[in-house]
Amino acid sequence: MADDALEAFAAEVGASGPVAVEGARTRWSTGGQPAPGTRLLRAPEGIVEHRPEEMTVRVLAGTSVDELHRELGAAGQRTALPRRGGTVGGALAVGENDMCALGRGRVRDALLQVRYISAEGAVVTGGGPTVKNVTGYDLCRLFVGSLGTLGLIGEVILRTNPVPPVSRWLRAEGADPFAVLDVAFRPSAVLFDGATTWVHLEGHAADVEAERRALRGVPVGGDGWTECEDGPVLPPHRWSLRPCELRHLDGAALGAYVASVGVGTVFASHAPPPRPQAPALRALAERVKHAFDPGGRLNPGRHVALLVP
Amino acid sequence: MAWRATRRARPQPAAADPIVAALVAVLGHDRVRDDAAERSLLAHDASVFSGGAAGPVCFPTSTEEVQAVVRTAVAHGRAVVPRGAGTGLAGGAIPLGRPVVVVTTKMNRILEVDLDDRVAWVEPGVVNLDLSTYLRPLGYHFAPDPSSQQACTIGGNVANNSGGPHCLAYGVTGQHVLALDVVLPDGELVRLGGLDAEPPAYDLRGAFIGGEGTLGIATRIAVRITKNPPRVRTLLLGFDTIGDAATTVGRVIAAGVVPAAMEVMDRRITAAVEHFVHAGYPLDAGAVLLVEVDGLGEGTAVDAERVVEIGRANGATTVRVAATEEERALLWKGRKTAFGAVAQIAPSYYLQDTVVPRAALPGVLQSVYEIAERHGLMVVNVFHAGDGNLHPLLLFDSREQGAIERVHAAGREIVEVSLAAGGVLSGEHGVGVEKRDYMPLQFSDVDLDHQGRLRRAFDPACRANPGKVLPSGHSCADIQALERAAAGLWG
Ligand SMILES: Cc1cc2nc3c(=O)[nH]c(=O)nc-3n(C[C@H](O)[C@H](O)[C@H](O)COP(=O)(O)OP(=O)(O)OC[C@H]3O[C@@H](n4cnc5c(N)ncnc54)[C@H](O)[C@@H]3O)c2cc1C
Repeated sequence: MADDALEAFAAEVGASGPVAVEGARTRWSTGGQPAPGTRLLRAPEGIVEHRPEEMTVRVLAGTSVDELHRELGAAGQRTALPRRGGTVGGALAVGENDMCALGRGRVRDALLQVRYISAEGAVVTGGGPTVKNVTGYDLCRLFVGSLGTLGLIGEVILRTNPVPPVSRWLRAEGADPFAVLDVAFRPSAVLFDGATTWVHLEGHAADVEAERRALRGVPVGGDGWTECEDGPVLPPHRWSLRPCELRHLDGAALGAYVASVGVGTVFASHAPPPRPQAPALRALAERVKHAFDPGGRLNPGRHVALLVP
Repeated sequence: MAWRATRRARPQPAAADPIVAALVAVLGHDRVRDDAAERSLLAHDASVFSGGAAGPVCFPTSTEEVQAVVRTAVAHGRAVVPRGAGTGLAGGAIPLGRPVVVVTTKMNRILEVDLDDRVAWVEPGVVNLDLSTYLRPLGYHFAPDPSSQQACTIGGNVANNSGGPHCLAYGVTGQHVLALDVVLPDGELVRLGGLDAEPPAYDLRGAFIGGEGTLGIATRIAVRITKNPPRVRTLLLGFDTIGDAATTVGRVIAAGVVPAAMEVMDRRITAAVEHFVHAGYPLDAGAVLLVEVDGLGEGTAVDAERVVEIGRANGATTVRVAATEEERALLWKGRKTAFGAVAQIAPSYYLQDTVVPRAALPGVLQSVYEIAERHGLMVVNVFHAGDGNLHPLLLFDSREQGAIERVHAAGREIVEVSLAAGGVLSGEHGVGVEKRDYMPLQFSDVDLDHQGRLRRAFDPACRANPGKVLPSGHSCADIQALERAAAGLWG
C-alpha cells in the first residue's frame, strides 16, 4: 500500500518541470517562496506501521504531525517532531526542533529511513528501518532541513520514544535560567523571556518531585516556583545561537523573545540577520545541490540558508 | 584485497617514491615514513583483511599540516587515506593502491571544554576514553563508548559513526558531534555544522559522519559532553537460553523502559570472560543479559525493578544487582574485553555486525547458530542487544584447510538472514571493504547512485580513501590499480 502510494507520487513528480510539495503551509516562506510556475503537489498520507517494541514508526510524508502524535500517544510513544502543526514531511524538510528539544530529542536524530522522489522522478531509499545503522552514506541527515531542494520526501521511518509517565511545567520570576540548568539533571526545557523562567520536567513521578526540590536551591523573586498548564507563547522568528550566547542577549535586536537555555534557540519577534557564508562551504553546498538536482527543478526559488543568492 | 591468512601483503621495495621529498618538505624527515616496515604495518587494521598497500605514511600535528599534505597529494595525483588507531573492523583504514596515509595520532590534544555550550573541541587523534577521563572531574563524559574505547580515536568514531553499549539510550557518535573542521579532498578547509542550536542547512556535518574517510579528513571536532548521571544501577540476569534473554530485551523496550545499555553474552563467551576477569558471571546460564539504568535515584529503582520483573516473566533464572562501583566496573570490564577473551577459544575470529528488529532477535540468533554449525564453525555471540545489533564471532584456525572459505560463506549467510528479517548490513563497524560488495543486497542501483552523488560532491576527483563503501560500479572512477587490488576481496 505504501509502495503504491510512493509510485503514484513519483509519477506525479515526473522527470521535468519545476515542482514542490505543499504541506500545511505552516512554514511556507522558510527559505523563500517557490518560483512562479512551480507545480505544487501533496505528498501521500497515512501511518503505515507503528512498532512500539522497535521504537519506530513508518509514516507517509503528507500525514499531519498532530495525527501522528495522537496515534503514537495512544500507544505511549512520541517523536522529536515539533508540536506546532504541519505535516511530517514538512517538519523534516524544515528541520526545526520542538521547544522541549532537551527532552524530546532533535529532529535531525529522529530520521532513520527516508524514501524520496528524486529530480529524475525515481523513488530513492536512504538509511534503513532499524534504530541503529551505519550502512553507507547518511542521506537521512542530509535531508533533514534541506527544504525539499534535494528530493521530495514521500515516506519515512522515524525513531519513537516512550512518553514519560509525568510531565510538569513550572515558572518563576527572576530565576537565573543557567542556575536552573545546573541544578536540574535532565529538564526537557528551560525557557527564559528576560524576566520569567519556565522549566519543563518529565519522568517518573518521584524524579520529577526530586527535580522540583532541587529547583528550590535557585534564588527566585515573587511567589517562587508555581505550576502552569503550558510553556510560554513563542514569538514567530527563530534565532540559532550558541547556548553560551544566551547569557548576553541583545533585547533591542531581538524584540520580545523567549530563549531556550541549554539549546540556543531564541524565539523572537524580530527576524535574525543573514549570516556570512564561507566561500568553501558554499561551494560544497552548491555541489551537493547540483549532484541531487542538476536541473534545479526541485523547489526553485527556495534556498537553504547557505545558498541564498 | 584478501583475507589476511590467505595472502600476506608483501612489503613494497623501498624504491624512492617521488612524493616523499615533497611530503618531507612539508612535515620534516621524522614525520614522514616510507620504510617497508612502517608501510606494511599500516597496510592492516583490526579486520581480517589483507592485501592493502600503503604509500608514504605522514604524521601531521595541525590542520594546516593536514591541508599541506593533502595538497601535496593532489599535486602528485595521489589518493589519501586518513587513519586513527587502526581498530576498525571493516577495513576502512586499509590503504588500497599505495595512497598517502595520514595518521592522526599526533593530533591528540583536547583543545577546549565549554560547560555553557556543553562542548569539547578535540583533535581527531584524541583517544575516546581519554576524553571521558579528562571530563570526569567536571562531572561530564563523552557518551559514545565503543568497546575499543581505550584505543580508538574520536576521529575514527566520527568516520565510522561508532556506537557502544550506552548508545541505546544516548545515541551513536553522530548525535554527539556538533561541528567539524574538515580538510576536503582538494585541500580546502570547511567548518561543517556549528555550536548553535540549528545551524543553517544542509546538514553536511551529519552527511560527513560515517563517511569512513572518503569525504575528507576531520581535523577538529566539537563533541557534545553529557552530564554524568547521579545514579547508575547495573543488573545481571541469567537465562537458560539466549532466546529468553533476547525476548526479554524486546519486552523491556515494549514496556516503555529504555535502559542506558542492554548487552547479551552467550554461554561460551561468558565462560571465557569469567575466566579472564573473575567478575562472578554465572557459568551455568545459557546466556546473560547485562542491563544498566541510569538517572535520578528513585526512577532508576523503578526501572530496575521493572526490568527484573520482565526478566523473571521471560525465564530469568538468576538476578544479580551490582552492589558497589567496583562490582559494576568488573561486570563492564568483562563485557568490554570479551573479544580479547575469545583468544582462549580459537586463534582467529571474524566478527559480523548486522542489526535486526528486536522482535526478530531470537529467531535470527537461532539461525546464526545453525549457519555456523552447517559450516562446521564455532560461533559465540556477545552483542548490543538493546539496539538489535548482533555481533556473532565466527571462530577459526586459519591453518586449517578451507576454514577461511567456510567463515566467508557463513558470514554471508548471516548477512542474508539479517536482511531477510528486516535488518541492515552494519550497525556500527561500517562498510569499508568488508561489506562494500554486499551493498546491493540492501540498496537498489538508484539508491547507490544517490549515495555516490553525495560522495562525489565532497570528492569529485575520488582521491579520498578510494575503493571503500560503494561497490565499484557506483564509486567514482577508481584508479585502475585499485580495481585489481580489490578484485579478490573475499578470498
Ligand atoms: C576489540 C574491538 C572492539 C570494538 N568495539 C566497538 C564497539 O563497541 N562499537 C563500535 O562502533 N566499534 C567498535 N570497534 C570498531 C572500531 O574500534 C571503531 O570503528 C573505531 O571508531 C575506529 O577508530 P580508529 O581510531 O581505530 O579508526 P581507524 O580504524 O584508524 O579508521 C576507521 C575509519 O575512519 C577513517 N578515519 C580515521 N580518522 C579519520 C579522520 N580524522 N577523518 C576522517 N576519517 C578518518 C579511516 O579512514 C577509516 O575509514 C571495535 C574494535 C575492536 C578491535
